[in-house]
Amino acid sequence: MGQQANYTRSSAPLLSVRDVAMRYHTQHGGWLAALAGVSLEVAEGEFVALVGPSGCGKSTLLSQIAGLETPTSGQIALRGDPEALRLGRVGYMPQRDLLLPWRDALGNAIAGLEVQGTPHGEAKRRARALFADFGLAGFERAYPATLSGGMRQRVAFARTALATRDLLLLDEPFGALDALTRASLQRWLGSVWARLGMTCLLVTHDVDEALLLADRIYVMTPRPGRIRMERRLPLAPDELRRRPRAPEFLLRPEIAALKAELLATLTDEAEIASRANSVSRANSVSNSESLASFTGGQGGAQ
Amino acid sequence: MMPYTPAPTETPANGVHPRPPLTTPAPQVSPLASEDAGATKDVSGRLGLLKRALLRPVRQATRWLPALAVLAGLILLWQWYASQPEIDPLILPTPLAIWQALVAQRDLLWANTLVTLNETAVGFGAALVVGVLFGVAIDFTPWLRRALYPLLVASQTIPIIALAPLLVLWFGFGLTSKSIVIALVCFFPMTVALADGLRAVDPELIKLYRSFGAGRWRIFWSVRLPAALPSLFSGIRIAIAYSMIGAIFSEYVGAVAGLGYYIELKQHEFATAGVLAAVVVTAVVSVALFALVAVVERLALPWYYAAGRE
Repeated sequence: MGQQANYTRSSAPLLSVRDVAMRYHTQHGGWLAALAGVSLEVAEGEFVALVGPSGCGKSTLLSQIAGLETPTSGQIALRGDPEALRLGRVGYMPQRDLLLPWRDALGNAIAGLEVQGTPHGEAKRRARALFADFGLAGFERAYPATLSGGMRQRVAFARTALATRDLLLLDEPFGALDALTRASLQRWLGSVWARLGMTCLLVTHDVDEALLLADRIYVMTPRPGRIRMERRLPLAPDELRRRPRAPEFLLRPEIAALKAELLATLTDEAEIASRANSVSRANSVSNSESLASFTGGQGGAQ
Repeated sequence: MMPYTPAPTETPANGVHPRPPLTTPAPQVSPLASEDAGATKDVSGRLGLLKRALLRPVRQATRWLPALAVLAGLILLWQWYASQPEIDPLILPTPLAIWQALVAQRDLLWANTLVTLNETAVGFGAALVVGVLFGVAIDFTPWLRRALYPLLVASQTIPIIALAPLLVLWFGFGLTSKSIVIALVCFFPMTVALADGLRAVDPELIKLYRSFGAGRWRIFWSVRLPAALPSLFSGIRIAIAYSMIGAIFSEYVGAVAGLGYYIELKQHEFATAGVLAAVVVTAVVSVALFALVAVVERLALPWYYAAGRE
């Protein structure tokens, strides 16, 4: 592997994705390319967002980074090691909370640690500490059915955060919540990230969400999914790390300009994709759907 | 540095906070009071559910009043009609006569009820074990599903009425032949319910557990089996309702004791009141078994009922 030799262990980014492609067999015996030559990097302690319309393959990419799927070609390396086992090390946070209804909040939070063999007592102790931090203290014994959507999502977040050693993958974690809860959880996630010093890769179709949370943003475009653009937020280094960002942050001229640029790329690509769509037969997601999903911000699950 | 913003305070789905959230100052509530609130909540777990499960019949007595009133009306109507001089008590005895037969024969009825209950317990227990094993096996690989499912469905098309006398021929008049009939009647609903329950588990949930590094068995024990339990209990409820019918039927075909045997005996004696007395006992026992399963289910799945299901 050529890339591996390029960096020494200390200089290798936490996550590096190189030329990852994913193809599926279609029913007609042909190929459908879901991802084509995707490359990206996430440094230790960084918050990176991956923005793209529904159906651009960003969830597929996240599954591959988590180790749940294997790419057709390309390489995914943790700290420069493409052989590193990622299942059980990289945390995966899905859109829905997926809490087990038969376990109380604390029992759900320790589920990941349990699988990884952490002793029960230690797992509970760590979860309790995190519960206080996450504003969940007092709800340890509550069943998920009695918690609000925002609280359930925070429990799910605690579960993934506890089980994560290296990198937190967030697959549209607030997509299933109402707008107000989503806004407050975005602020909350920003502050938690700043305090706990985590490394996050966030997948979203919401440009505002990416701007409020990320240090750096990749724009992904569909069919086949590829990285179209990469932008670091135009901020001074000390300000770049500061969280949570107030809603007014989005009104700053330089941020608004970046937002316009991101949206233009997404819309432009969506139009190209829709033109391609009218010719291609293999696509199942309509262009109106994919357009609505990032302009409306409330789009459907992938 | 930006100060840490407290987590958003939201109202839980049920609209009440079990305790004031720590993120908002609550000077008016003493720490002791809030501890008490927490303690009450803890007790309302398994123990509270046991209490509620046992008190449920009492609580619901008022809800049953209309049904009881209709039943009482029907019995009175029956009593009036069967008391007419032109009605032969051998054809249609009065409810009073049935009650008198039940009281007069109570020792004999009780002894036969125990025999039937024993058969039901053995047959149902075997069906539960076999049903769960088949349910898991069907779920295990698509190959086993294809191999077993048609055979299990075929086993249900065999008329028990034809099979029961043969089973008596093969296994004798005792417990074995009865238990086999009961097990044959009971295992299928449980197998299907469990297999369906295991299959219905959210694939996203399985994906999440895989991302934690969980293997197949870990996922089975921690996620899929618990998630399938409510479905299994639906199968158990159907099976327990069938089990008494199976027991009575198999005794009717050939036995030396049991409620079905008692019914057959009384029929030969033209003691219609005795037949109906045994039918009443059967109905009461069936309802009791069903209620027992409901109580066990509530104890086993407190979370399922905590979600507001009744």
